Amino acid sequence: MIEVRFHGRGGQGVVIASEVLANAAFREGFEVASFPFFGVERRGAPVTAYARIDTRPIRLRSSIYEPDYVVVLDSSLMKGVDLLNGLKTGGHVLINYPDGKDLNALPSGYRYYTLDATSIAAENQIGSKVLPIVNTAIMGGFARICDLISLESMLESIRDKAPVKKDANVAAARAAYERTKEVVI
Amino acid sequence: MRKVMTGNYASAYGAKVSRAEVIAAYPITPQTSIVEKLAEFVSSGEMDAKFIPVESEHSAMAACISASIAGARTYTATSSHGLTLMHEVLIWASSARAPVVMTNVSRAMAPPWSVWVDHMDSVAQRDTGWMQFFCESNQEVLDTVVMAYKIGESRDVMLPAMIIEDAFILSHTSEPVDVPDQELVDSFLPGYDPEIKLEVGRPMGFGSLVRPDQYMEFRYKAMKAMDSAHERILSVEDEFKRAFGRSYGGLLDEYECEDADVVLVVAGSAAGTAREVVDSMRSRGIRVGLARLRAFRPFPRDEFRTLAKRVRGIAVLDRSYTYGAAGAFYTEICGSLYPLVERPTVKNYVAGLGGRDITPGILENIFKDMIDTTERGEAAEPEWVDVEGLERRWR
Repeated sequence: MIEVRFHGRGGQGVVIASEVLANAAFREGFEVASFPFFGVERRGAPVTAYARIDTRPIRLRSSIYEPDYVVVLDSSLMKGVDLLNGLKTGGHVLINYPDGKDLNALPSGYRYYTLDATSIAAENQIGSKVLPIVNTAIMGGFARICDLISLESMLESIRDKAPVKKDANVAAARAAYERTKEVVI
Repeated sequence: MRKVMTGNYASAYGAKVSRAEVIAAYPITPQTSIVEKLAEFVSSGEMDAKFIPVESEHSAMAACISASIAGARTYTATSSHGLTLMHEVLIWASSARAPVVMTNVSRAMAPPWSVWVDHMDSVAQRDTGWMQFFCESNQEVLDTVVMAYKIGESRDVMLPAMIIEDAFILSHTSEPVDVPDQELVDSFLPGYDPEIKLEVGRPMGFGSLVRPDQYMEFRYKAMKAMDSAHERILSVEDEFKRAFGRSYGGLLDEYECEDADVVLVVAGSAAGTAREVVDSMRSRGIRVGLARLRAFRPFPRDEFRTLAKRVRGIAVLDRSYTYGAAGAFYTEICGSLYPLVERPTVKNYVAGLGGRDITPGILENIFKDMIDTTERGEAAEPEWVDVEGLERRWR
């Protein structure tokens, strides 16, 4: 079983990101479960969501404490939230991170990947200029770093889930797939 | 067709494929997306139903009762404070023998405010005359909505049913759910056609005053109807299994209980986690089992008596509490076992209130504590699990 934890802020589509992943993995033939932890639902507040992917039906109903992947939709959360809490040794961290900044402060023992999902979402006019909705871009990046999910399944899942601007969301995910890179600490 | 959806959407699809004709509801977290989805189905024409937006849950249930008495198949959904606000009319629904089906997204009561899972709201409606089904998965939610109409509308039952969905753990978890073909559901569940209904040109009194020489007979009949529901739940599930290939274990769903020394009783989504724990402990040679309480009303008294003859210890996990007593599942189980000459050791564990996570580690520690308690053979007091400030650690 693969377990994934998502961190973001209200308004970025964190919960939908977890659903997009579950839906994509389901298209790949896996059993899936995605679920949010709802805090107080308001724009800008930290939001956490989770997903499980397995080859057999998922019966476990407790929360995820030791994820294999952590997906960070908002790098400002790196101050104040323990994003790596419980992450398995050798686990993967995908961060929406503006290019050119220094990632050296992060601990070793994990694999880090970055992409500028904020710019990609803004380029594709998803959300507003001030508050781009980055979830579909980051999930394009996830398809890049996780071998279980093909880009095609992720794009189909996004097309399925996006209520409007389906083409723009798919284009953002495709661009993000190309622009995601591993960062060596 | 199998697709990924939340427990709330599974509820909405359940009402849709059951062809509910009147839906009256008021929004409340975490139930809202059920009635949002149904409103969407109705406005798009996918569902041929009357959607009545109301100003409170009390009114929602009143509208459902009236529509049901007029011969319509009705559906509503609520949660926590919405359910408790309905309390008066819940009793009205069952006493009027209106087979309304409702999803309750089971959520903790305030204060302090909480939107997370807890069974206090549902358990507090124990005596309202509703059938109560606690569900473990989103598939079970959808399927139980369909079955509940068939059970409730049976001539020998005519009682309302509450489908209980754990807040967030089912309501907002997306997982694969098979939405059965409409034709198949139609052949399983015919339209609602009550013997007696409110009709123009056929005057009758509904809910009239009766004198003391008649009242008890009404109550006796409702009690007998709930007894009949026990058999109906089993026969409808058999029929459902033949038509759809899925079943859920009747009123008390036993897992690995056949040769178990100690079993754990839980209701709702925690049963899934408990199955993992049972498998894990059995792989280490510890003979434990799970008895999932699926129906709280009617209560599976006979099933518990049969189970009690096979096992030495029963751990009862209540996700609710009754101040000054113990968890309601525990007291009911003890009550049903009392007439037996030899009884297993039974202990109450109160856990998971207000969304506190019930982890595999906690369940394994409950099993271990129950094995110790059974071996010591001493009377056990109810224990609160995983509470800050108490000496004992459970995680």
